[in-house]
Amino acid sequence: MATYSTNEFRSGLKIMMGADPCVIVENQFVKPGKGQAFNRVKLRNLKTGRTVERTFKSGESVEAADVIDINMEFLYSDGEFWHFMDQESFEQYAADANAVGDAAKWIKGQEICVVTLWNGSPLTVAAPNFVELTITETDPGERGDTSGGGGKPATLETGAVVRVPLFVPQDELIKVDTRTAEYVGRVKK
Amino acid sequence: MDENSETHWHPTANLSALQARAQLLSNIRSFFSQRNVMEVETPLISAAASTDPHLSIFETNYLGPGSPQGRNHYLTTSPEFAMKRLLSSGSGAIYQICKAFRNEESGQYHNPEFTLLEWYRPGFDHQCLMDEVEALVESVLDIKHFDRLSYQALFKHHLDINPFSNSIDSLRHCADAHGIELTSELSHNDRDSWLTLLMTHLIEPKLGQKKPIFVYDYPVSQAMLARVRNDEIAVAERFELYYKGVELANGFHELADADEQKQRFLVDIKNRKERGLVSIPMDDNLISALHAGFPDCAGVALGIDRLLMLITKSNHINDIISFPILRA
Repeated sequence: MATYSTNEFRSGLKIMMGADPCVIVENQFVKPGKGQAFNRVKLRNLKTGRTVERTFKSGESVEAADVIDINMEFLYSDGEFWHFMDQESFEQYAADANAVGDAAKWIKGQEICVVTLWNGSPLTVAAPNFVELTITETDPGERGDTSGGGGKPATLETGAVVRVPLFVPQDELIKVDTRTAEYVGRVKK
Repeated sequence: MDENSETHWHPTANLSALQARAQLLSNIRSFFSQRNVMEVETPLISAAASTDPHLSIFETNYLGPGSPQGRNHYLTTSPEFAMKRLLSSGSGAIYQICKAFRNEESGQYHNPEFTLLEWYRPGFDHQCLMDEVEALVESVLDIKHFDRLSYQALFKHHLDINPFSNSIDSLRHCADAHGIELTSELSHNDRDSWLTLLMTHLIEPKLGQKKPIFVYDYPVSQAMLARVRNDEIAVAERFELYYKGVELANGFHELADADEQKQRFLVDIKNRKERGLVSIPMDDNLISALHAGFPDCAGVALGIDRLLMLITKSNHINDIISFPILRA
């Protein structure tokens, strides 16, 4: 069983807390000039998404979570599971809605996603930072608007809704930043 | 370290932070010069070191004349012991600006090698020395009228508990009630670690947000090298200075009793052994100096790096030191 000591703590490190794998979000070393040292750690539970705070005595060790990130191509969804394929081993994995989470609204097929496996099964899925999707529905833009502010909602082919500038029409292919759900620009065909 | 190796040689502090450091050191030197406090230097490598079980000491080895087989030496965690030997030899008021070394301490406010200002004032008690610390810090931070609160009043004010009389169970309840979740138990009879937990998690972050605050008269179990005053409850004549949640200085009305000092070292040594920590020899030269006669005095150590963080409004210690440990 691999373990990490508090000296190895850094954000991004994946450790076990109870029965659940967690990722360290923030690690603060607390040590008075005279007295016991502690690590105050913010952890995100990778199963529930909840963030908790824990205090470790400095020097303590904790079990490492058997978690790896693999680039996988999104193949298709059958309604219940989202199917991915490891780009190197060609092995296929099925992720449930809980694991796919928000990534579901950005992927339609063929995107390369980061799938996090825990003990060999998909735990979380991260959509690519940028995706290109077609607008399936948006109001006609107003002519002559040059303010640059405002914008209007546009529904994409995956069902996601983003704000786009008024001049962008329906059926346009656009680039979106999935981390912020923001419109980046039109894609020149 | 997943840092860009091409910039790894760069200092982490920018030029204005380095200039602020130079200015601060110059201001400190003129402050003490005006008050006739003499600057001294003492060894940073020593055959003895602090026995405090909460300090992790860098060890090295001296090989050469007088030590042909090589002998354990230690990087000092503060210049306290050697400066006290100077006081016993009649130095009068002295100060030192030097590096101090503490292994396993690295973070937002810690670097394993850091700069300390330490000074001693014969004839002062800890209350008088607080006045002088205030004068120095207000001259460089431009902020006046520091608060002062006893350790007991501090816990009463923030947590409504008595740190001297409340049971360990009630300290644990207090931690629970404030949502502190420990991943492993603190030792049941280790009262000071429970108090440290409450202090660091619940009180310190709120301390001195508007202006600096002195906390004074600590539990005897946290006396370190301070003398004990036998009031209704015995207290250690020790103080700390906090500003914006940062621990800036620690001072003592210094213990002058050689036998009691030796007794405290022996307790530390026993404590280290029980915890399975590497054994550190006590400083017999300090004990001898106290035996020979030690002036009634107060002394304080102030973290220069942290003071500089506050002056420059820096968020991380790396922003004000040229090369932190991972670039050293």
